[in-house]
Amino acid sequence: MPVPKQKLILFIISLLPLAWMIIGLLTNQLGANPIETLTRDSGLWALRFLCLTLAITPIRWFFDINLVPFRRMLGLYVFFYATLHMLLYLGLDQFFDLSEIIKDIIKRPFITIGFFTYSALIPLAITSNNKMVKRLGGRRWKKLHRLTYFIAIASTVHFYMLVKQDKAEPLLYAVMVSALLFPRLYRFFQRKISQNKVITVSK
Amino acid sequence: MHVIAKKRLGKMPAGEITDHKLYLNRRQFINAATAITTASLLQSSLVRAAETPEPTFTNLVTSNYSTQASPTPFDAVTTYNNFYEFGTDKASPAILATEFPDKTKPWHVTIDGECDKPGQYDYDDLIRPFTLEERIYRFRCVEGWSMVIPWVGFPLADLIKRAQPNSKAKFVQFTTLYDPEQLPGQRRAVLDWPYIEGLRMDEAMNPLTILSVGLYGRELLGQNGAPIRLVVPWKYGFKSIKSIVNIRFVETLPRSAWMKAGPREYGFYSNVNPTVDHPRWSQSRERRIGELLKRKTELFNGYGEHVAHLYTGMDLKKYF
Repeated sequence: MPVPKQKLILFIISLLPLAWMIIGLLTNQLGANPIETLTRDSGLWALRFLCLTLAITPIRWFFDINLVPFRRMLGLYVFFYATLHMLLYLGLDQFFDLSEIIKDIIKRPFITIGFFTYSALIPLAITSNNKMVKRLGGRRWKKLHRLTYFIAIASTVHFYMLVKQDKAEPLLYAVMVSALLFPRLYRFFQRKISQNKVITVSK
Repeated sequence: MHVIAKKRLGKMPAGEITDHKLYLNRRQFINAATAITTASLLQSSLVRAAETPEPTFTNLVTSNYSTQASPTPFDAVTTYNNFYEFGTDKASPAILATEFPDKTKPWHVTIDGECDKPGQYDYDDLIRPFTLEERIYRFRCVEGWSMVIPWVGFPLADLIKRAQPNSKAKFVQFTTLYDPEQLPGQRRAVLDWPYIEGLRMDEAMNPLTILSVGLYGRELLGQNGAPIRLVVPWKYGFKSIKSIVNIRFVETLPRSAWMKAGPREYGFYSNVNPTVDHPRWSQSRERRIGELLKRKTELFNGYGEHVAHLYTGMDLKKYF
């Protein structure tokens, strides 16, 4: 199957944050604590791609622009940057010390949330090809991928909790995620109400 | 894998920096051990070209309290700073504090409260009576990173003796300049400005506690708390209040800016203690700036022999 030009462009653009990180590392541009910078930036980019992924549907609703063909790739980039974020934590914060990692996950609420958020991304990444959509069936696949909403909320909470004092940036993301989820919630309840109406009428 | 690493860390004497050969070997070892491609790339940024400017203070007295560990490079010490008066990220103080403090204005320090010799001093008059020393101290931030910093300063005890505190003086309270014009971070209520810190009188009199006016043999830069700051090496970095304008002897325990911001997270003592975690993160290890692996954090930041007696009989989990 030929890859459309737009998808290829998006693929390359989405790799730019990684390129910046690598260039920054090689040219000493990441400050005195490059590991901290990389961990923070990879996490932030995962969250940013998550926001983009969640924006596809509202954009279709409100602006009648169909970007759905790009959503899968954006979602996979969430997984890509989240994996980088996770590996930096496991490798350079904990040096793959399993007992330390387990203790950390149990003891630190923000690590606990981060761990579950990442875990929730895994089934979504695995089921992101056409084969899996067919195997699961559209409805079940859709249901499973609603996990994205949990991931969005949980990762924002994770961000909020880890910031020491100045909560402005995590709050900004909380506002963005809320703005992206609210139209869905609204539609959901509207549909419920109209469904109920249909039921009453048919009685 | 990690067993080997731990063993090697365990062999290291307290606070002593790894010798260069071992350091290189360790990095090779990590590169082999971690499959992350970035790990090998990290090497380049961990080897920093140290461009240390020439010292300007002359005849600095050396001190037995100094560590033998090699100091964190000058550019790291002067570009990676927590100074919320210049913004809450590490890089902004170095960018925003280039003109701080305003050299056209005098810097006054007021010494008052429960003492017989209160007074207001111009910065130069304040430090003139004291012999400046170089003190190379470990510095441990509550966030889990650390540095080794060659401070220039004098014992706080010397200043306290001159002020002659009376019998009511149980604590010393320090206050940072409040001036949103010069300190733009104060325009946002991230903390309850002005920044306040405090020490118990015996902590303040301890010979390790210094007032610092420089580092790397030069005057303090704005981002490091110019012109004068406190350095308490066995406590988390935020206790070492910057850009001081007031030193007050008080009878009751001062409430610091961080105690007000998070009483559950930041206590008055804030002694470095690997067994008392911050509610949100562990304090058992720290990343020394410039090193890839984290090292074990030591009780009282390794200064126990000089300060542990201050806290005998105290429950350090309760008085965190």
